[in-house]
Amino acid sequence: MGILNFILIVAASLFFSGIVIRSKSIFSGRKGPGIFQPVKDVWRLFRKGAVYSETTSFIFRIAPSIYFASVLIAIAMIPFGSQPGLISFKGDFVFFAYILALGKFFNIIGALDTGSSFEGMGASREALYSLLAEPAFFILMGSFALLTGHTSFHEIFGSLHFGSYISYAVGVLAAFVITLITLIENSRMPIDDPKTHLELTMVHEVMILDNSGFDLGLIFQAANLKFAMYGGLIANFFLTPGSELYFSIPIFIATQILFAVVVGFIESFMARFRMNQNPQYIFTLTSISLLIFLGVLLILGKIV
Amino acid sequence: MSLSIAILVVIFIFSFLVISVKERRKGDIALLAVLINSGLSSWIAIQALQGTPFEEKFYGGTVFGEIIIRADALSGWFILLTNFTMLTGILYGRRYMKAYENRSADITLHYTSYIVNHSAMIGIFCVQNMLGFLCVWELMTLSAFLMIIFEHEKMEVLKAGINYFIQAHISITFLTLAFIWVSSHTGSYDFNSIADYTVQAHPALSFMLFLCFFIGFGIKAGFVPFHTWLPYAHPAAPSHVSGIMSGVIIKLGIFGILRILLLIKVNYIEAGYTILVISVISGVYGVMLAIIQHNVKKLLAYHSIENIGIIGIGIGLGCLGMGHNNSYLAFAGFAGALLHTLNHSLFKSLLFYAAGTVYQAVHTMDIEKLGGLIKKMPKTATLFLIASLAICGLPPFNGFISEFLIYSGLFNGIVANPLSSSIMLVSALFGLVLIGGLAMLCFTKAFGIIFLGAERHPYPAPISEAELPRLFPKYVVALFILFIGLMPQLFIRLLSPVVILFTGSQAISGMPGSFINTLQTVGLSSLAFIILCIIIYQVKQKMTAARKITTSTTWSCGYTPVTPRLQYTANSFVRSYRKLVRPLLMMRKSEGTINEVFPQTTHSDTHPYDRFEAVFIDKPLKSLKRFMGRFDFLQNGSEQFYILYGIAFIIIVIIIPILIDVVVNLINLFKQV
Repeated sequence: MGILNFILIVAASLFFSGIVIRSKSIFSGRKGPGIFQPVKDVWRLFRKGAVYSETTSFIFRIAPSIYFASVLIAIAMIPFGSQPGLISFKGDFVFFAYILALGKFFNIIGALDTGSSFEGMGASREALYSLLAEPAFFILMGSFALLTGHTSFHEIFGSLHFGSYISYAVGVLAAFVITLITLIENSRMPIDDPKTHLELTMVHEVMILDNSGFDLGLIFQAANLKFAMYGGLIANFFLTPGSELYFSIPIFIATQILFAVVVGFIESFMARFRMNQNPQYIFTLTSISLLIFLGVLLILGKIV
Repeated sequence: MSLSIAILVVIFIFSFLVISVKERRKGDIALLAVLINSGLSSWIAIQALQGTPFEEKFYGGTVFGEIIIRADALSGWFILLTNFTMLTGILYGRRYMKAYENRSADITLHYTSYIVNHSAMIGIFCVQNMLGFLCVWELMTLSAFLMIIFEHEKMEVLKAGINYFIQAHISITFLTLAFIWVSSHTGSYDFNSIADYTVQAHPALSFMLFLCFFIGFGIKAGFVPFHTWLPYAHPAAPSHVSGIMSGVIIKLGIFGILRILLLIKVNYIEAGYTILVISVISGVYGVMLAIIQHNVKKLLAYHSIENIGIIGIGIGLGCLGMGHNNSYLAFAGFAGALLHTLNHSLFKSLLFYAAGTVYQAVHTMDIEKLGGLIKKMPKTATLFLIASLAICGLPPFNGFISEFLIYSGLFNGIVANPLSSSIMLVSALFGLVLIGGLAMLCFTKAFGIIFLGAERHPYPAPISEAELPRLFPKYVVALFILFIGLMPQLFIRLLSPVVILFTGSQAISGMPGSFINTLQTVGLSSLAFIILCIIIYQVKQKMTAARKITTSTTWSCGYTPVTPRLQYTANSFVRSYRKLVRPLLMMRKSEGTINEVFPQTTHSDTHPYDRFEAVFIDKPLKSLKRFMGRFDFLQNGSEQFYILYGIAFIIIVIIIPILIDVVVNLINLFKQV
């Protein structure tokens, strides 16, 4: 059964970025490309040759593959409601976070391998931002572990049920935190502007300046997959246990589409932050997740 | 012949042999000695881990009393990990020392110290008599000191050595104090008397005793704020010595704390909180400072502090688990701490060995002067990369396994323990996650700047990859790192007898089994990940096989006259981080100003400094110096005065008792009146 969720997320990744781009173009009054255009671009890149820099070593050539594999493994861990993902064990979200970190590690050293000052700059920012975003995710998962008494993805989502008002507040906050984490992890607005044309103000785009051909395709597709993965994680909040597949699959797809539209909306109406304000902004997430922790303590009656 | 005597005999015979043979052979002799000692002690250790503790008794005269040599599972675990790192250390060091072959006396002293140090460490794990323990501890301290100051003609090496020497003896002072405390109450030097004393003592006193031990061992382990010797000693020593210092010698502090926890009867919750708080601070502070270091070995030294912090978090969790009767937490905490001790000894020694190879190739440890080494020494670079990934706790390597155990404990503790503890544990969780993220920043910087890109400065001599004998010990360590990452369940089985010492076998019945299942899945997932990487890479090779692959210069956004000096430096890589944490750290920055229309060359220097060192070491030292300076006039260099002081001293010594007698007699007289 775990394979179902894997397939669904991979399928969602095919149109997710397309929907983001389409909704952005609609908000700005343009017609925009079809929703499968990003995937078509990836496929085009897959069939191209490549140009490698003389400065680079084998690190640069293996980094995109490892990054892509890390995202795939992470997707295999996402549950589908109460059904476990392909990989599931106690404390699997620790593995989830660390395998993604491994991919990021290779992304960063891949950028440093080119010896370009621009890519070094992007790598530096990526390393800093991801380290700041990590605690929020862990405290969030810790709070849910406390709330449900379980320590694996599918057990947590399987026994997550909203009862009191506070628990709704906690759920909304959690969805908010995961949305923001998604935007940070995928280097989107308001942290990073994927459509900017000035290298000095880029984070993710400037790291992959030298990648081309198949490698670039892998990186693009990994970004799509990552989006769909977090969308799947959010969808889990709404997949109540025991519901039938004909019910939960539409919920899943609807959540993904809604999430993509929200991302498009945010990107259309927000400007990117100044670079030196990003750390504070990202770190605020941790305090929000601490709020969730307090909320959980309230629900459990541990305080007041 | 008993085993302890056998080890002593090995020390004497081989020290003598090291002295008598030619320079070329000294390393082999030392290797042989370490091999024999490892063989003997590993035999005891394996038996102890299988459930038959080794025990020998000697009569040490009236002073020592009965000296008990006892190796239980805890000793066994530490003996095994020490032996492994000492073996790879001498295998690598033997080649590393080739560069210094013209210094016969120094080399002899070095290898002899190495043999003695190894045996002294085995002694520390086994001797259970307080005086005997202090003796082997001192032996270990002194031999380590001799190894650190190998390049004693350099001033900073000698300074670092003396710094270590003094702080190590402060540690011994605390230990002696604690031992005297116990033995003055019980009249025995046996370790078990610690248990006897603390059972009947007031809980507050027991806790004080525990703190005394903790500070003593904490200085050795390098817990913040007792860590200041560490970042000096590690860079000063030859690389294989830094490797074993960071890998095993500082772990003696961890061993000591664990040993004391086994013996002392103290409120485990209080002890757990104390250890937890200090460990989280050590971990975060260590890595925060590591990031801004420019010297590779100093950077690695600060990482040792961080990892000691992670181990400490595990121990703290284990104590909390014991205090709350939460067997899951206790098992996860202690198993995580013990496994991380092994893991850290592996990847940290590998990092130091690789750094040593780099040092011998380029003769500098300044990160900013390096770059592009991966093309010259691809194997060393790959080994450094593996160790970097492992130290960041990333799968599929061993660091992840121990951190995973500690995470499991943390999450379980948050769920199962009372409120106050949950809040503490969430802070610890926050700390541990932050440590992981910061470590990643640090090692992307270290690996990226040292090995990747183009060379930032011309190297003095052509660089080539190290030869096989020098790489071989590193391969062994790297394989072991990967093996633990993929087969963690084996090590849990090996660890359970050690953890049972703390928790008792009833309390954790079935616990190893559940962990073994989980870790088996972790290992398989890691394996799946590796296979997936290979598949994707192969698919890429297949699909691009027919396409045109070209090489060109790095794209620099249209700018053509690119030089290596335009690359991002280590300093600029961590600049935004440094600005973020500026209030917490100390940076000494000197900058020239640009003030003319056509500016001249200016320099900008940044030197990171340790705030704890400034507050806890430099300030007290300064005031002590000022105070002592008032008595400067006493040391005026004329011998007549010194003789006068001697006479004055003798007179005072004679007069004071007489005076006291007189006073006492007077008081008695008044009483009679």
